[in-house]
Amino acid sequence: MAATPIPLEVRNIKKRFGNTEVLKGLSLQAHKGDVITLIGASGSGKSTFLRCMNLLEQPNEGDLIVHGEEIRFKETRHGREPADWKQVVRMRAKLSMVFQSFNLWSHMTLLENVIEAPVHVLGKPKKEAVEQAHALLERVGLSERADYYPAQMSGGQQQRGAIARALAMDPEVMLFDEPTSALDPELVGDVLKVMRDLADEGRTMIVVTHEMSFARDVSTQVIYLHQGLVEEAGPPAEVLGNPKSERLKQFLAPKH
Amino acid sequence: MIDLHGYGPRLFEGALVTIELAILSLILAVVLGLLTASAKMSRSWPLHRLGTLYTTIIRGVPDLVLMMLLFFGGQIGINMFTDMLYDRYDIDIFINVNEFVAGVITIGLIFGAYMGETFRGAFLAVDSGQIEAGRAYGMSQWLVFRRIRFPLMMRHALPGLSNNWMVLLKTTALVSVIGLSDMVRVASEASKATREPFTFMIIVAAIYLLIATFSEWGFAHLQKRYNVGFGESH
Repeated sequence: MAATPIPLEVRNIKKRFGNTEVLKGLSLQAHKGDVITLIGASGSGKSTFLRCMNLLEQPNEGDLIVHGEEIRFKETRHGREPADWKQVVRMRAKLSMVFQSFNLWSHMTLLENVIEAPVHVLGKPKKEAVEQAHALLERVGLSERADYYPAQMSGGQQQRGAIARALAMDPEVMLFDEPTSALDPELVGDVLKVMRDLADEGRTMIVVTHEMSFARDVSTQVIYLHQGLVEEAGPPAEVLGNPKSERLKQFLAPKH
Repeated sequence: MIDLHGYGPRLFEGALVTIELAILSLILAVVLGLLTASAKMSRSWPLHRLGTLYTTIIRGVPDLVLMMLLFFGGQIGINMFTDMLYDRYDIDIFINVNEFVAGVITIGLIFGAYMGETFRGAFLAVDSGQIEAGRAYGMSQWLVFRRIRFPLMMRHALPGLSNNWMVLLKTTALVSVIGLSDMVRVASEASKATREPFTFMIIVAAIYLLIATFSEWGFAHLQKRYNVGFGESH
């Protein structure tokens, strides 16, 4: 057997919406402990790229390999689709996603949100899941809020709760889709702090973000996308500190 | 005291028939309604058309006509089928359409169409982000339905559902025309025999009202349960 497989690898992902090609062949390898940030203007395809990684969007072309297991596709009347949805379900359980609009389940308390997938997807005993959930909620600073419903919490609290929900799956890779974009400025800091902690403990993360300071301080690799293609990629010191492309220079230039 | 002329026990049995009929029809209607809503939201063209055809026909034909069509027409259809069995295969069976079953099927079919519309609207009102979160966490389609889509949908569907139920309950009175001894039929027989229609009809009205009141109480409970996490219902 070779060394431990790479948590997530995507190769040459292409995606069309109608006649518009939004992703024109994107690849990425997330090794264990990598924190990869995807940056770019809106419409650059960064969120779509992320959503292709757990197949919330179906890529029209390209390969997806999760922990060494390649996802199989087939052609149908509706286009390219996974050949085996059971495989997709199993793969998704290894990749937790944190959404821009939190998407906590509104009919469940925070605690119920956190134990839902571990109990019903992973088959964890409820008692164990509850214990774990309490530990995770404490970690994101929400132990007082376990019995609150999402509607009773602030955006920042909901997003930290959503991160606890993601952690409860003990995922191979965590996918963050603009996790702070829907938050009031004063609430962003708490969420970023939790994400920094996760990066410090060696979590593999792929983060779509507009937070340049986060990208600079935390990530191991920054990928700048422009119109569905990688315009520039590399360590943050290079990409953000010494950008080569004119477009990226403009993108990074202070606004106003 | 009101003199029931000995019709008390039969009225009571009739009331039970009404309740059984209503509840079984409701179950059938809910199942059909969920299927119809799914068919109409499906991306499969034939399923979509089938769902639309069903709701169009049912909602465009009077309940009473449908009921007689299914009961009498259904009997003729079954007779033709059994005759065919006898002629071709020498199988001799006789199937009589049971009034109760015919009633449940007709009312279930009628209200399945209305429920279908109620459910469809409610499904569309569910926040798609929460469905997506379920899928993103490795839930199968069935698990997403059971744990997320259905409970979230019910919050939107319940007001329409309880409305449909009230109308369904009163529609059961129509089965008296196909000869089922529900409480309306018993009361109408008793009225004729005793020439005291007011007495019996007011009792029937009171029983309907009683069932309706109990149902409202039940629906209020359900509403509370499915509104959890959304604050007070308005």
